[in-house]
Amino acid sequence: MTDLNFSMSAPVVAASGRKSALATTPKMSAKHVNFHYDRFHALKDVSFDIAEKRVTALIGPSGCGKSTLLRIFNRIYAIYPKQEAAGEIILDGENILDPKYSLNRLRGKVGMVFQKPVPFPMSIYENIAYAIRHYEKLKKPDMDARVEQALRQGALWDEVKDKLKQSALGLSGGQQQRLCIARAVALKPEVLLLDEPTSALDPIATGKIEQLIAELTEDFTIAIVTHNMQQAARCSDFTAFMYLGELVEFGETEKLFTQPTKQQTEDYITGRFG
Amino acid sequence: MTNQLGEHIVKSYDEELARLTSEIQRMGDLALNELEAAIAAVVERDSDAAERIVASDKEVDNLEHEVSQDVVRLLALRQPMARDLREVLAALRISSDIERIGDYAANVAKRAIALNRVELVRPVFSLPRLAKLAGEIISEVLIAYRDRDADRALLAWARDEELDGLYTGMFRELLTYMMEDPRNITACTHLLFMAKNIERIGDHATNIAENIYFIVHGTQIAQVRRKGDTTASLVARVADDKSKPAH
Repeated sequence: MTDLNFSMSAPVVAASGRKSALATTPKMSAKHVNFHYDRFHALKDVSFDIAEKRVTALIGPSGCGKSTLLRIFNRIYAIYPKQEAAGEIILDGENILDPKYSLNRLRGKVGMVFQKPVPFPMSIYENIAYAIRHYEKLKKPDMDARVEQALRQGALWDEVKDKLKQSALGLSGGQQQRLCIARAVALKPEVLLLDEPTSALDPIATGKIEQLIAELTEDFTIAIVTHNMQQAARCSDFTAFMYLGELVEFGETEKLFTQPTKQQTEDYITGRFG
Repeated sequence: MTNQLGEHIVKSYDEELARLTSEIQRMGDLALNELEAAIAAVVERDSDAAERIVASDKEVDNLEHEVSQDVVRLLALRQPMARDLREVLAALRISSDIERIGDYAANVAKRAIALNRVELVRPVFSLPRLAKLAGEIISEVLIAYRDRDADRALLAWARDEELDGLYTGMFRELLTYMMEDPRNITACTHLLFMAKNIERIGDHATNIAENIYFIVHGTQIAQVRRKGDTTASLVARVADDKSKPAH
């Protein structure tokens, strides 16, 4: 007789093919976050959780504060004057906005990749090794292994394994971006922040990065800012829609893109905003 | 959520959606006319009119192809989201329901031609009542679609039970006539199929109502409709029924 319960032990995958949005634990939580660029109030009381080993997308029109929020998650704003964040960002139970939380430790835990790929003007190998050396002292064979692991995680290894000594600047845009992702994951962070990682790439390179994002959720928690709505819908488990510095709606991606609860969200995702 | 949304930033997107809606309205009007004309052809025993109706169904079929091409174009070029996506998906489904309604109406017309070759039987006059109700339901769902009025769609949806009830009544009536005089069988069998066609038209109209509800609310109609059509389990009993078990 057929065991009708066999599906109970199968992995929980939603109809969209993504991991189920259920049963997640928050990895990072924004609690009443406010942010000022001098006198400009860029983020207004934003609170939501970023689920562990899931992809959370931040969407919204330009100037809505989504990139600002991403920049708070690793305190990159701290290097600029007159920029001030209030509220809490809890990462594994600790508030990373607390000045006592060391920046070095934070950057080790939270990696970031930007819109425009910025490889260092050095060899492919050194691009990865340089970042690792900043945190760890490794012997050559160990370093080789780490570089290879990172390049594999960045889905770049097969394309560059025979030219590791060549300059990273000779890689294509898509390859450079995957190198930047590999460089970020080489430090074994827990959270990866992606700020419009594919907006400068062609559709094929974009597809590769999207596939990579899906694979990276095995090990990392990911927050992605994107202007490409279809990309947010395809790649993420949760989506936050922001407008004028406020979090308008947050929820499971599938729900938000099919049945948003707020009129503003519906107007934005259907292209009626103006 | 409001019933009517604002305009898209890209104006041609609105135009494409409006075109889709108007094609469906046009299909609906044509199919409804087809049904009404088919019933008139039955009652007036007008075979020429019936033939014209059968030929006119092509126009509904052509519109369905246009809707499906427009839907493919919209999905590919606009990548609709949320309410827009539901609009586009519902348009595809509704057009296929209307196309079926047109087919059933054409089938009624086709049978009218056959019916006109045999002697008139009384149950012919029960058919318009069935068709009138089906026509009202279609016309209600078309208005509900035009206005994106889920409540109105829901009311029309509930009336299908009434139609099923009428159909069951007609089924019994036809059975009786056939048992009374076997010479009625040809006409009554055609009428039985015509009644079934109209009953199916009602089912497609309820599908349309369900899609309107889906467009507006993004969910399926939760209620379970009571079915009034019980003909599937109906058995004719005659006085000397041999199928009865012996005592």
